[in-house]
Amino acid sequence: MADEARLIDLDGLQGLIDALGARGYTVIGPTVRDGAIVQAPVRGVDDLPRGWGDEQDAAHYRLRRRDDDALFGFAAGAQSVKPVVFPAHELIWRGRRTGTEFTVNDRDADGPVAGPPPPYAFLGVRSCDLHALAIHDTVLLGRGYTDTRYAERRAGSFVVAVTCTDPGGTCFCASMGTGPHPDTGFDLALTELVDDGPHRFLVEVGTPRGAEVLADVATTPAPESDVVEADAIAVEAAGRMGRTLDTDGLKDVLYASADSPRWDDVASRCLACTNCTLVCPTCFCTSVEDVADLTGDVAERRRVWDSCFNEDFSYIHGGSIRTETRSRYRQWITHKLAAWVDQFGTSGCVGCGRCITWCPAAIDITAEAAALRWTPQPAATGS
Amino acid sequence: MTSLIDNQHPGRTGASDATTDAPADPMVPRPYRISRTRQDTRDTFTLELEPVDGPLLRYRAGQFTMLDAFGVGEVPISISGDPTRPGPLEHTIRDVGVVTHALITAPTGAVLGVRGPFGTSWDVTAGEGMDVVFVAGGIGLAPLRPALMELIARRDRYNRVVLLYGARTPEDILFGDELRTWAKDHGVIVEVTVDNGQHAWRGRVGLVTQLVPRAGFDPRNTLALVCGPETMMRFVAGALTDRGVPEHRVRLSMERNMKCGVGLCGHCQLRELFVCVDGPVLPYSRLAPLLSTREL
Repeated sequence: MADEARLIDLDGLQGLIDALGARGYTVIGPTVRDGAIVQAPVRGVDDLPRGWGDEQDAAHYRLRRRDDDALFGFAAGAQSVKPVVFPAHELIWRGRRTGTEFTVNDRDADGPVAGPPPPYAFLGVRSCDLHALAIHDTVLLGRGYTDTRYAERRAGSFVVAVTCTDPGGTCFCASMGTGPHPDTGFDLALTELVDDGPHRFLVEVGTPRGAEVLADVATTPAPESDVVEADAIAVEAAGRMGRTLDTDGLKDVLYASADSPRWDDVASRCLACTNCTLVCPTCFCTSVEDVADLTGDVAERRRVWDSCFNEDFSYIHGGSIRTETRSRYRQWITHKLAAWVDQFGTSGCVGCGRCITWCPAAIDITAEAAALRWTPQPAATGS
Repeated sequence: MTSLIDNQHPGRTGASDATTDAPADPMVPRPYRISRTRQDTRDTFTLELEPVDGPLLRYRAGQFTMLDAFGVGEVPISISGDPTRPGPLEHTIRDVGVVTHALITAPTGAVLGVRGPFGTSWDVTAGEGMDVVFVAGGIGLAPLRPALMELIARRDRYNRVVLLYGARTPEDILFGDELRTWAKDHGVIVEVTVDNGQHAWRGRVGLVTQLVPRAGFDPRNTLALVCGPETMMRFVAGALTDRGVPEHRVRLSMERNMKCGVGLCGHCQLRELFVCVDGPVLPYSRLAPLLSTREL
């Protein structure tokens, strides 16, 4: 697409946000709140985190001031776009009982948590999160049964991706083949160029709809030098990942590690707090909650995020399947890095590093996977 | 089913298209009325349900539904009826939790929610021309009953048919009258054992596993369908394969926590399997490596 590349400046970026707003999109982008980069509705360039960067490491996240005015000069924020397209709380149906009968209505009721209205345009989606979105689509839309609410929210959404130019200490998308340059799944993709020249963005078009929106924005042809610079930024960023994960034969490593002594080691540190699953852009497990009013005649069923780290997650009458933290950590990492491949044809990990950053116990998925690879397996015993 | 989203062209489908073409939501229950509740044992009841509107539910032996007690919650329950005859939808339910208690105590005429049927079937017809061994533990007899009824409807197509059934006590034996009918009228060899038999019990006492060596089937030419507590199934599958029944012809019905029944909620995962859509009926050849690990 390089030969179609265009340039926009800061006014052009504002024009893009305006053009999306004029088409009825709620534009969701990165903003600074409570000392973190979070997704929120944005109306203009001024809402974006100008001059903010971050430092990330295991159990460590801090915003820092950059020495430039970059708008996208940080790594993965606290959340991907998952909470917008797949809210943590959602009404499935509301029903009313009359005598011994009841009727349910799944359409005209509002959810318990009202968010900004769809359709959404996502501004500044990282390549890792773009891949996560594609994985989420496969999980929730690409199989026998469909999450109908996700389908509606997702079908209308517009994606403006951004090349990650300053990856963080917990990033490893280069290992997972998911970044840092967005390669697919976007309507438009930006690479921010902050150098001695004017503040500008190289724009790639991913879809006809992206081209149509871009036609409403003042652009100039991108000189070859800017295309080269954008490529170089992505290559350079790929070389500055804070973490690496050796994916060679990883599924077999995990499957062979079911009885590894390593699980006791990680369980001695893991708090089973569920933070990793809450920040993961691909974790999709949910539960349902039934709520009735005092008469019991009006009831709701809500879908809520759940986590395989909760003891109740595997409960069947008589007790939980996974009573121990070691079993629950094993379930999480084995699902993410191994079973996911069998289920969906792709790893469940996109290398965003959030589970490492936001783990209060500094447990590192890349370190655990490496440890499992090198931990001797116990001798097979008959059962 | 194809995705609404083409990953190569994320913006191609407009929001308005999605609302008009939205598929029926698999998470929304259909109303069914309780036409009868029959008490089978002290803690187990069979509910007969008829749709409030629309046709009777078509299902295959071994499948389950999500049964909803309004305002209380929803649980996966295997269908226990006869799939070869149109009639009320039957579920045999043990009173073990809040939802099951609400289901079995609901009055006749009350409306419940039903989603499904979901999951894989026993596919008993794979045993045509062979011996078929049913092994049931406790309420595990209920999910096997539809497969037995299917077999009995075409009894001449099968060779030796054996039902090995273990219950906790003589009072916990399910479908007692039917066990006698199956044995007397349909040429099913029925062997029952109990964990704990007192007083007048003159039958066997012991584990159902112990009945396997005596059942007299031809291991090389046998289909085995097993349903019961997981530990029991593991030992039964071991006993069957030890005698030479191929692992892929031993089928188990697995139980896991399920919130959706349609492969979306993630609760029922057993390593790479979603028990709700890949199961509940699964060949032992796929399960054997997974059942040997604790808390998997």
